[in-house]
Amino acid sequence: MIERIWRASLAPLIAAAVAIVVSSIALLISGNNPVEAFSEMWKTIDSTQSVVIIINTSVPLYISGVAVAIGFKMNLFNIGSNGQYILAALIAGWAGAEVSLPPVLHVAFVFLVAILVGGSWALIAGILNVTRNVNVVVSTIMLNYIGIGLTAFLLSEVMRDEENGGLVAQTKVMPESAQLPALNPVFEFFGFNFAPGVEIYGFLPFAILLGVLYYILLNRSLFGYELRLSGMNADAALSAGVNPKRMVLITLFMSGAVAGMIGLPFLLADPNFLKYGDAFPTQLGFTGLGLALLGRNNPVGIAAAAVVWATIERATQRLGPIGVPPEIGRILQGSFLLAAVIAYEVVRRRNDAAAAAAAAAATSERADSSYEPPPNRGTGQGAEAPV
Amino acid sequence: MSVTTDAQDVSTAPRRLIQSTPVRFMAIAAIGVAVMSIARILSDNDDLTSSGTFGVALRTAAPIALAGLSGLVAERSGTINIGIEGMMVMGTIFAGWWGWQFGPWMAIVGGMVGGMLAALLMSLATTTFGVNHIVAGVAINLIAPGVARFMASELFVGVQGGSVTSSPGNSGRMGSFTVPFLSGGDLFGWQTPDILGWFEDTGWFFVADLAGFTKGMTTAVTWDVVLTIGLFFAIAYLLWHTPLGLRLRFSGERPSAADSLGVSVHTMRYLGMTISGALAGMGGAVLVLFANRYQENQVAGRGFLGLATMIFGNWMPAGTAAGAGLFGYAQGITLRTNPGDLVRALLLAAAIGLVLTAFLMAYRRSFAGAGTILTFSLVTFWAYFAVESPNNQLVFVTPYVVTLIAVSVGAQRLRPPAEEGIPWFKGMQ
Repeated sequence: MIERIWRASLAPLIAAAVAIVVSSIALLISGNNPVEAFSEMWKTIDSTQSVVIIINTSVPLYISGVAVAIGFKMNLFNIGSNGQYILAALIAGWAGAEVSLPPVLHVAFVFLVAILVGGSWALIAGILNVTRNVNVVVSTIMLNYIGIGLTAFLLSEVMRDEENGGLVAQTKVMPESAQLPALNPVFEFFGFNFAPGVEIYGFLPFAILLGVLYYILLNRSLFGYELRLSGMNADAALSAGVNPKRMVLITLFMSGAVAGMIGLPFLLADPNFLKYGDAFPTQLGFTGLGLALLGRNNPVGIAAAAVVWATIERATQRLGPIGVPPEIGRILQGSFLLAAVIAYEVVRRRNDAAAAAAAAAATSERADSSYEPPPNRGTGQGAEAPV
Repeated sequence: MSVTTDAQDVSTAPRRLIQSTPVRFMAIAAIGVAVMSIARILSDNDDLTSSGTFGVALRTAAPIALAGLSGLVAERSGTINIGIEGMMVMGTIFAGWWGWQFGPWMAIVGGMVGGMLAALLMSLATTTFGVNHIVAGVAINLIAPGVARFMASELFVGVQGGSVTSSPGNSGRMGSFTVPFLSGGDLFGWQTPDILGWFEDTGWFFVADLAGFTKGMTTAVTWDVVLTIGLFFAIAYLLWHTPLGLRLRFSGERPSAADSLGVSVHTMRYLGMTISGALAGMGGAVLVLFANRYQENQVAGRGFLGLATMIFGNWMPAGTAAGAGLFGYAQGITLRTNPGDLVRALLLAAAIGLVLTAFLMAYRRSFAGAGTILTFSLVTFWAYFAVESPNNQLVFVTPYVVTLIAVSVGAQRLRPPAEEGIPWFKGMQ
């Protein structure tokens, strides 16, 4: 177990070291003191308030990572989750505020709308792929921009809250029955104390449930096996009785459906929002791509990556007052991502080579000792594809 | 990455009205002009085919074309380049910096340097370490905006006219030139007559539209756009008429065979990516020259539009240029005055074009396809008559919708380089 954890965290640790070195060089070039900057950032985790804010920020990031990881598992690159979730958040926010339902049903209804909208928008890319052979990267990114334009149009022309003076472009606020309560009582039961105004938003359990479902469905079910098989080798999947076209459609729908949920923590649980408006975050989908790569499509890994991301974002807010440009956080995140992607690949190839050597040693005992293992073709599509 | 449909059987090649490829190409172009002309007359919107519109279209097509050419060089040498968008972002920040410091020509050089740096970083991951190409490209796209923002905060904040989202502005404008006699350019200080302009003003069917197109291509064309067109010929010559180009393409088609003949696949792939990065970065520089300054989020998906252009053009320079022209036109009209009316007129042109396509498909005995296209055509006609004038948010999506439709209609018998996207190391089969 400890061996496994060590092996899994070796590459990220190397990547973190590289990221810190690269960021320090960038800080030195720009005439800042890296030691001062990093020690200031380190002070971020100094209060429960800070930790709670990091947890709240990382929940939508994590969902965004899971959304694209579903596609990655099948080598389908859903680059357009941004447009999917913005469109889903607008329509779900509008529909949720328009209807009146009993408490639990109301939340379920908002979920359903978001899932259907996000999934359908991604499904367009799937249909274009299986019927017209259109590259998924291209179609999802085009649908991304179309979705953003459509959202702006719907918000300003159809779904705007007119009663609010109509000055601010936003939907109506969600009624009480669609709001998820904060989780503070649960944590206080276990002896934690919170300062007033500090809330752990109520979406956290759904995020954890999503991770569990994702893991079981993709790694422990026949469907997940078929999905990964289609991604690794479409021809092999076809001869094993799996229809790869159907898998493309289902996978893209699921990826879009989860992407549709990225905005729900804000709509259902964040008292600063509870509506779709101009201040709504609009770049979480792109961030999710990086998190899925960092977390190697594993729910625990994505969650860890989301927490690291949120921590860096929180930490850089402290840099402005001491005269360091907060943008160094972007350098830190970017160099961490690229270094991690390379480190994963190097470690994977080393493990593959070791496994091949072990297999060769085992077979040479009973077969001709002059046998040499075939060279590792290494298509970059191993069991943990695509990282 | 995607499920491929079965290769088209040669024996069922479609019936063709015209056999000769160049003649068919000319015929399609002529029909295109005629359709646009009919749409212009019916919608009573002269700006649909005016020289002004085509001039802006050429300007907006240039960065998309460079992005497409960038992808073409990278993929021909074996690397799938999803990172073009990020390379263009690096191009814009360097072009904004050098353009502000040293003038417009150095903005182009700076853009190329910025793009090359990003491309080398990506090539380090894909070629040397064998990282999945799409993963590495996605990473570059995520990193580049962060680097650009950090650089902007260091370079432009506190400078007169500069901020973290914008450079102070280039020192000097890129010059432009107008063809004498055709479009009324100067010849040794003498103002020549504007022949095409006269034809354009007549409003005659077909003639005025063709004149508008030609005048748009030959009036006040800035030197960076001229350079872009020149680069298309240069890259086509390099790839298909020189030994180096053969080696580059060899590395994308069959790296192990190239290796056995003594070609260094890794060197070729690094070279291909360097050229690719320079082209993408120049695309960013063209954007900076257009706006006369660096602005954050200036690229706005043009790298991906370029990628779509290259796929639409079947990994060939001529097709890529044609695609860039189409998408550039769709983007250009959103920058004209009353873009809503223009988009509406374009809807009419699209509807007429779809009717013609349906007839062609019926002639090829593909009646199901013809029916589908005819239905789309009716929907488009309905949209033309139902929509008064689309508002700005819907106008904004026009280029992306056009791209998506064009790729859906066109992406049928495409042939990407055989072994692109597959990491290659010495000793592999």
